[in-house]
Amino acid sequence: MANMAQAIRLALHRGEQELGVLEIYGEDVGPPLGGVFTATQGLEHSWNSPLDERGIVGAAMGLAWAGSRPVAEVQFVDYIFNTIDLLKLAGNTHWASGGTFKTPMVLMTPTGSGIHGSMYHSHSFDTVATKLHGMKVVCPSTPLDAYGLMIAAIKSDDPVLFLKPKALLRAKGEELLPGEPDEKTLHEMIDAPLGDRSKWKPKWPKIGAYEVEIGKAKISHPGSDATVVTHGRLAPVCLDVARRFAAEGKGSVEVIDLRTLIPYDWEAIRTSIKKTGRVVFVNEETEITNFGEHLIRRVVDELFYELKVRPRLLAAKATPGIGLSPNLEYFTQPQTTDVEAMVAELLADPA
Amino acid sequence: MPSKTPSKTLSKSVPSAAAAPDPYKRLGPARLLEIHRLMVRARLLEERLIKMSKGGDGFFWIGGPGEEAFNVPLGLHVKRGAGVDHDFLHLHYRSSAIMLAMGAKPIDSIRQMRSVATDPYSKGRNFVNHYAIPQWNVAPVTPTIETQYLTAIGTGVAQARAKTDSVTIVNGGDGGSAEGDFHSCLVWANRPALPLPILIVVVNNGWAISTKGDTQHGERDIADWAKTFPDMPGRTIDGNDVATTWAALDEAFDYVRKNRRPYLLEARCSRLYGHSSSSGANRLPEKDCIALFEESLVGRGLSKADALKKAWETEAAAIDEAHQKVKGEPFPADETVWEDVFVDPIPPSYPTKGRS
Repeated sequence: MANMAQAIRLALHRGEQELGVLEIYGEDVGPPLGGVFTATQGLEHSWNSPLDERGIVGAAMGLAWAGSRPVAEVQFVDYIFNTIDLLKLAGNTHWASGGTFKTPMVLMTPTGSGIHGSMYHSHSFDTVATKLHGMKVVCPSTPLDAYGLMIAAIKSDDPVLFLKPKALLRAKGEELLPGEPDEKTLHEMIDAPLGDRSKWKPKWPKIGAYEVEIGKAKISHPGSDATVVTHGRLAPVCLDVARRFAAEGKGSVEVIDLRTLIPYDWEAIRTSIKKTGRVVFVNEETEITNFGEHLIRRVVDELFYELKVRPRLLAAKATPGIGLSPNLEYFTQPQTTDVEAMVAELLADPA
Repeated sequence: MPSKTPSKTLSKSVPSAAAAPDPYKRLGPARLLEIHRLMVRARLLEERLIKMSKGGDGFFWIGGPGEEAFNVPLGLHVKRGAGVDHDFLHLHYRSSAIMLAMGAKPIDSIRQMRSVATDPYSKGRNFVNHYAIPQWNVAPVTPTIETQYLTAIGTGVAQARAKTDSVTIVNGGDGGSAEGDFHSCLVWANRPALPLPILIVVVNNGWAISTKGDTQHGERDIADWAKTFPDMPGRTIDGNDVATTWAALDEAFDYVRKNRRPYLLEARCSRLYGHSSSSGANRLPEKDCIALFEESLVGRGLSKADALKKAWETEAAAIDEAHQKVKGEPFPADETVWEDVFVDPIPPSYPTKGRS
C-alpha cells in the first residue's frame, strides 16, 4: 500500500512519461536524496536547484510559458513566505495579460504541523494561499487523492499550489492506487536503497488512470447530525472521530474533506449543512483571518435559516510560532481530543 | 570552454571612435534611418503617453524615454516568434522602444494608457508599457522591478535543453539590480550543471526612482558583478550612442547564441522624463540620444536634417491619428473582471458579490 510520498512520486512519473512534464526540481529534489520526503526519488527529469525559493518559483513561471509543464518544490511551506509576490504574479498572469498567457505549473510544498518541526517546519499557509486569486490550491489527505490531484494539477493550464501535509507523507491510505503492487514489492521497485544510490534505477509499476477533479470535495464519512469541513492533516483525524462517534452512538457526523481550497466545493458544503444544520470548520491555520472564517461568513450569509446552531471554527492558536516541545505543539494545533470535544459540543448545542 | 569576452568595462572594452573604422557607416544608411525612425516613434509615443497621463486621458505613466539608442537596436536583434526556437523577452516597463522595434503598434500602447477594452496586452487592467505578447515570447511585464530576472531563468532552462540558437533576454534598471532577484538570475544562469543562454541587461540611468544611484551602489560598474563568475562576460557601454550599442549587442547576442551561456550587459542611458508620473514626468536636462544620433547622421553626411525632420512629422501625425481612434473605443465592462481569473470560466459557486 503506497504512502503519500510514493503516490506523489508515481503521479510525477506518469507526468513525465505521459503528460509533458519536462522539469521536476527544487532543493534536494534530484538525486541522491529525491526530496526530503522522498516524493521525487528516481524520476527521470528531477534535479537539484540552488537554495533559492524565489528562483524556484520564478523559474517555474518561465518554464510554464516555455511549455515545459514544470513541477517545482519549495522544500517546506515555511520557506515560501519570501515568494509571495511571485505566487501572486503566477496567479494573476492570466488575468493581467487579458487572458493571453497561461501558466501551467505545479508548485508543491509540504505544509502544516505534526512532525515536531518547531518554528520553521510546522507552518500552515492556507490563509495566504487562498488569497492568491487565479492560483488553484489543493491539499490531499490520502495517497489516492494525492495521486489523483497531482495528475489533475499537472494537466491544469492554471498554476496549482499543491500542499502536501507533512504529517501524512509517510501515511498509508485505505484505498489502493489502481494497479498498485503489494507494499513490499512497491518498496523494492521504487524506493531508493540506503547508502550508495548512484547505480540504482527504479522499476515503475503500471498504475491505472486515476484523477481527482480540482474543485471537488469528498464526503469521507456520511452523516446526518453535524458537518465537519476539513482538509489535510486534520482530515483523517476528523474521519476517525466521526467513525468513533458513530460506533459509540454519539451522533452521525458527516466529514467533508475539501481536497481543493481554491476553487472550493461550495455545493458540497451547502448540501451537507442543509441536511445537518450544524457545522464546524477544522483546519491548521491560526484563527485570525482564517480560511474557515470566510466559509463561516458565507454560511451565515447564504444558509442562516438552515442552521440549527451557530457555526464553529476549530483552528490553531494565533501564536507567533509552533513550539518544539510536544506540549506546546499539541496545545497550539488542533489534536484528536480537540476535534472530539468540538464535535461533541456541536452535537450537544440545543437547537 | 567557450571563448571569453576579453574585456569587462567601458574603458577597456570599447575602442574609441577615432581608432576604429566609422561604425555608423558600417551600419549603412538604410539601417540607420530605420533605427532613427523607430527611435523617433518611441520618443513621440512616450511623450504622448505622458501628455495623456497629465491630461486626464489615462492614469499613471511609466516608461523609458531616453533609452531609445539602446532599446531600438536591442529590439532589432531579437529573433521574434513563439516557442523555445525563438527568443524570449522578460522586460521591465521601460521597454517600449524595444517593442516598437519588434513591430508593436503605437496604438496598442495608447489603448493600454487609456485602459480601454481593446488594449491587447491586458484588456484595460494594467499600467501602460506592461506588454504581454505570447506570439512573440514577450513575457507579461509586471509592476515589480525585479521579478523578470527570475522568470527569465525558466525560459533560459527550456532553451538550454533545446537544440536552438534562441536566447532569453531580460532587462531591468540599476535600481532593480539591488534586489536579490537580479543576483538569483546571475547564480542560476551560471550553474555549472546547466549554464543558461540569457542576455542579462541592466539599463543604468543613474537613478532609482528619486534616489541617486551612487548613494546606494558601491559597485564601480554593475557589470562588475560578472567578475564573480569566471565564464560570464560583463560589459558596460555608452547606451546613448547607437553605433556603440549596435556593436555591443552584436557581440552579446552572438556570444549567448553560440556559447549557450549568459552575458551581462550594462548600458548607461539617460532618463529624460524622470522615473514616472510619481516624479512629475517633466523633461530633464540630460543628454538626448536622438539629438546625438541626428548630429552623427548629418555630420557624417548619412542623412539630411530635412529628412530627419520629416520622420518626426510623419510619426507625430500617425500617433495623432491613433490617439483619436482610441478615444472612440469603449472601456471594459464591469463584469469583465470575472474573465480570465482561471483559464476556464469561474465555477458557478465562486464568490462574486464582494459583500454579505
